[in-house]
Amino acid sequence: MIEIQHVNKWFGPFQVLKDCTSRVEKGEVVVICGPSGSGKSTLIKCVNGLEPFQEGIITVNGISVGDKATNLPKLRSHIGMVFQNFELFPHKTAAENIALAQLKVLGRSEDEARARGKLLLDRVGLGEMGHKYPSELSGGQQQRVAIARALAMDPIAMLFDEPTSALDPEMINEVLDVMQELARDGMTMMVVTHEMGFARRVADRVIFMDEGEIVEDATKDEFFGTPRSERAQQFLSKILHH
Amino acid sequence: MGAFDFGAITRALPYLWDGMQLSLLLTGLSAAGSIVLGTILALMRLSGIKPLQWIGATWVNFFRSLPLLLVIFWFYFLVPLIAQRQVDAFQSALVGFVLFEAAYYCEIMRSGIQSISRGQAWAGYALGLRYSQTMRFIVLPQAFRNMLPVLLTQTIILFQDTSLVFVVGLADFMTSAVTVAQRDGRLMELYIFAAAVYFLMCYGASLYVKFLQKKMHQ
Repeated sequence: MIEIQHVNKWFGPFQVLKDCTSRVEKGEVVVICGPSGSGKSTLIKCVNGLEPFQEGIITVNGISVGDKATNLPKLRSHIGMVFQNFELFPHKTAAENIALAQLKVLGRSEDEARARGKLLLDRVGLGEMGHKYPSELSGGQQQRVAIARALAMDPIAMLFDEPTSALDPEMINEVLDVMQELARDGMTMMVVTHEMGFARRVADRVIFMDEGEIVEDATKDEFFGTPRSERAQQFLSKILHH
Repeated sequence: MGAFDFGAITRALPYLWDGMQLSLLLTGLSAAGSIVLGTILALMRLSGIKPLQWIGATWVNFFRSLPLLLVIFWFYFLVPLIAQRQVDAFQSALVGFVLFEAAYYCEIMRSGIQSISRGQAWAGYALGLRYSQTMRFIVLPQAFRNMLPVLLTQTIILFQDTSLVFVVGLADFMTSAVTVAQRDGRLMELYIFAAAVYFLMCYGASLYVKFLQKKMHQ
């Protein structure tokens, strides 16, 4: 479904992605981990074209992201994205946040959009919070609204960019639980995260990145069993034994 | 001169009120027009497209380097020339104000837009919104709201500046006051009254701006 082939990207003279190649099958959950500054977030933002890349090819369902002829807004409307800082629209209520793109992009009616929003708010456990503004919600609640907002577009895949790193520890699980449920329902997911417990429970595959390179791309069991690279082993020992 | 004659003011009130209506109309239309134009200029400056950036920057630097009085004069003579017909002073003044003030509103809106984090636009794009939709529904409403106190402050300045239409003989509040003062030989009364009215309106408005700022920081 998502195919990444030999992607190179530079910020000025600095190369942030080095010959990255991987693929995500339909229904697969792939966790991307690695030290900060390793290019994980940049890679995931390349998948829906939020970050341009100079070399290589990324296709989603056969459609090339980097191709100038591609209708990027249309492609993005099929790919949900959840951000580290939630990025709910602060001037709109939770329900309006979820309705906006349904109305303006999918052309749904007000009633349809509201009904779909209500359903999804229920699903993330926030059925009564539709009328609240983001500033009236906790971080965990905001992130769940953001997930509902992405799901309202009926995406074929979801991208998560460190969805729990900005959360207080006690709120991390409520977000991870929603994500785990999504995975169980068969959603195709790419998740940048440091939550190794989540990776162990939910991931099919784990990609380990360091300094812009995909150092390891293995099944979960291989990765947590015996990572082949020394860098991955070091990373794991740091993150698991503190 | 003699003693202070309140009658000189009260007798002139209907005429002065006509002048004030013109001042307010000119302020309102100029502000609306130049906020729209200024926002477009701000988007051009931030577009990342070289020719557009250049036009935006040149506009701002050009008009901010000219005295407003000159611009008003200029358009009074220029607009009829371009339109190839008689244009009344109000219309030419309005055009001058909109083009001039747009330079200032542009910079306000530019910093307003820049104050909105990149992630907000990303979230819009990620949902499939186009650039224009992302700006219209997500970035600009927030930028406008954040900048409301500054926009209002600039509008207070604009209101004061409309008194410059005196030079093209437009009967705004200031010009009306001057006319009455000279006609009746009541300079002190009318000028003090005009000052008091400008002061009360502008000070009142600036108090409202302060109140807004306080409310927004809560």
